[in-house]
Amino acid sequence: MPIEVNGVSIATDEEGYLEDLSAWNEDVAKVLADTEGLDMSNDHWEIVNFLREYYEEYQIAPAVRVLTKAVGKKLGKEKGTSKYLYELFPYGPAKQACKIAGLPKPTGCV
Amino acid sequence: MADFETPELKEYSVIPALERDTMKGTQPFIAKPDHQASLGFPGELVDNWKDVALDKMGDLLSRYRSFQVYLDSCVKCGACTDKCHYFLGTSDPKNMPVARQDLLRSVYRRYFTFAGKWFPKLVGARDMDKEVLDEWYSYFHQCSQCRRCSVFCPYGIDTAEISMAAREIMDAVGVGQKYCNEIIGKVFKVGNNLGLPEKALKDTLLDLEEEILDDTGVPVKLPLDVKGADILLVTPSADFFAEPHIDGLIGYAKVFHEAGVSWTLSSHASEAGNFGMFIGSYENMQNIAVRIREAALDLGVKRLVHGECGHAWRVAYSFWNTLAGPFDFLDQNYPIPQHICEFTWDLIQQDKLKFDKSENDHMTLTFHDSCNVARATRMGDKPGGQFDIPRNVIKAVCNNYVDMEESTIKEATFCCGGGGGLLTDDLMEVRVKGALPRMEALNDVVEEHGVTNMAAICAICKSQFTKVLPYYKMPMDMIVSVHQLVSEAIILTGADDGSDEQETSSESED
Repeated sequence: MPIEVNGVSIATDEEGYLEDLSAWNEDVAKVLADTEGLDMSNDHWEIVNFLREYYEEYQIAPAVRVLTKAVGKKLGKEKGTSKYLYELFPYGPAKQACKIAGLPKPTGCV
Repeated sequence: MADFETPELKEYSVIPALERDTMKGTQPFIAKPDHQASLGFPGELVDNWKDVALDKMGDLLSRYRSFQVYLDSCVKCGACTDKCHYFLGTSDPKNMPVARQDLLRSVYRRYFTFAGKWFPKLVGARDMDKEVLDEWYSYFHQCSQCRRCSVFCPYGIDTAEISMAAREIMDAVGVGQKYCNEIIGKVFKVGNNLGLPEKALKDTLLDLEEEILDDTGVPVKLPLDVKGADILLVTPSADFFAEPHIDGLIGYAKVFHEAGVSWTLSSHASEAGNFGMFIGSYENMQNIAVRIREAALDLGVKRLVHGECGHAWRVAYSFWNTLAGPFDFLDQNYPIPQHICEFTWDLIQQDKLKFDKSENDHMTLTFHDSCNVARATRMGDKPGGQFDIPRNVIKAVCNNYVDMEESTIKEATFCCGGGGGLLTDDLMEVRVKGALPRMEALNDVVEEHGVTNMAAICAICKSQFTKVLPYYKMPMDMIVSVHQLVSEAIILTGADDGSDEQETSSESED
């Protein structure tokens, strides 16, 4: 199902992940967040931006543990918990945050 | 959440009144042509699909004697009808094991038996048509191949094997399941189900080493691709990624460290899981299994140890020898393969590990037997070792342990609801409803005995429970890895005195 961003149609797969990762920009992220019922706050952007940086280097989203540790280091210890991440992304930081960041869905037994 | 109702938890399990077709049409996403291609399956439904399907069924009948015996021997006694967690959770009579088998058996009778060829109506034989195929796709993806029904079948008919055959036939005609087939493709391309490239794996392991050092002051290593190491650990890639899996991985590393053995992980075999079994494809299962043999030979290890993964342990324990054997190049003085629970229990018996059990005193544990471990394998050298050894390990590191109701554990264990290739978001309704019997048994010990946490030794179970527990109003982090408990309690030689150990993220219920 495609999503509509600023008058442009962008393809997503049946689960709402971008078909073409390079089609991502901040407006796309906002629309994707909207379909998830999320309002993008600064806190959300911090996570989404970190995921994109990590993906660029490693071609995969970070393990939840790596993410919480990095967030804790960068944004303060109280934010370096999976509880904090789940508050931001209730369907799970790995899957929901990846979707909004325009990254592929992590697969396997996760 | 989703557009279905979570079943109500009752005080005791009730056999539901039948609700015909309530799960009709519920099905996972169909694999795309490129997911199919790397597994050697046609990209989409082939034109002569009916002929291809029947040829494939004939092929499977000639290859697996068991398959034909299962199709021929059912006497419709009904012993299996109320044994399936998906039936108990959905009330759909087609989720009764015998009805699920009959979806395929009816076609088998039509084309492969004398009576069915000549008097189809008399023997419940059906033509293979698109409607039947669609029904297969739906209901053979509402079976987690857990084999609980086969325990209660007087003939030992194994619905899992029939469901695997149905999936293999569907793959052969071009109708594969996206979740499984995309994942198998990733194993061939990247080396694991997750699609975790070597560089990310390496840095994740370094990160974990740093974490253990910070927590304990001990330089516990998680080595990768070390040639000449004694032990190769193969584990599900979820152990490198998800919670609480990763805490289990830390536990294995601490045990190896204290044992003083040399060990390594492999980037080539960075996956113990084998989804080839779920889709019933011998060839794909073999291609995945062989990667572990190749890694073992390449690294020159003497032993193979398995991390906490249910179906991987089944493939290794029951099928490895014919799939990827002989393993005559390994040290024959140790079990081949060996489970991490066996490894740890052996050390505990030799008094080589020291624990501070009070580290786990904030929890009261119960143990979920994972179906593939419970009903398809063994641990140790005594019958029932697969039940006793994980429990022995837990009791050696925790003071508070309670079993769930007897008819829901050990060989009668209920599936988590997400096994057999169903652990995907597009099957959330099936997963949540299928978890009902386990949730009822868990809720029972929570209320009766103050159980706060449930431990498991399967990556699928752990991820499934993390997801479905909240549907049943229980905290997602109730589920823990067995070696996470070991990790909390183990006393590392040279550790910081009264180290600022991390709390496990469990939430007390009482």
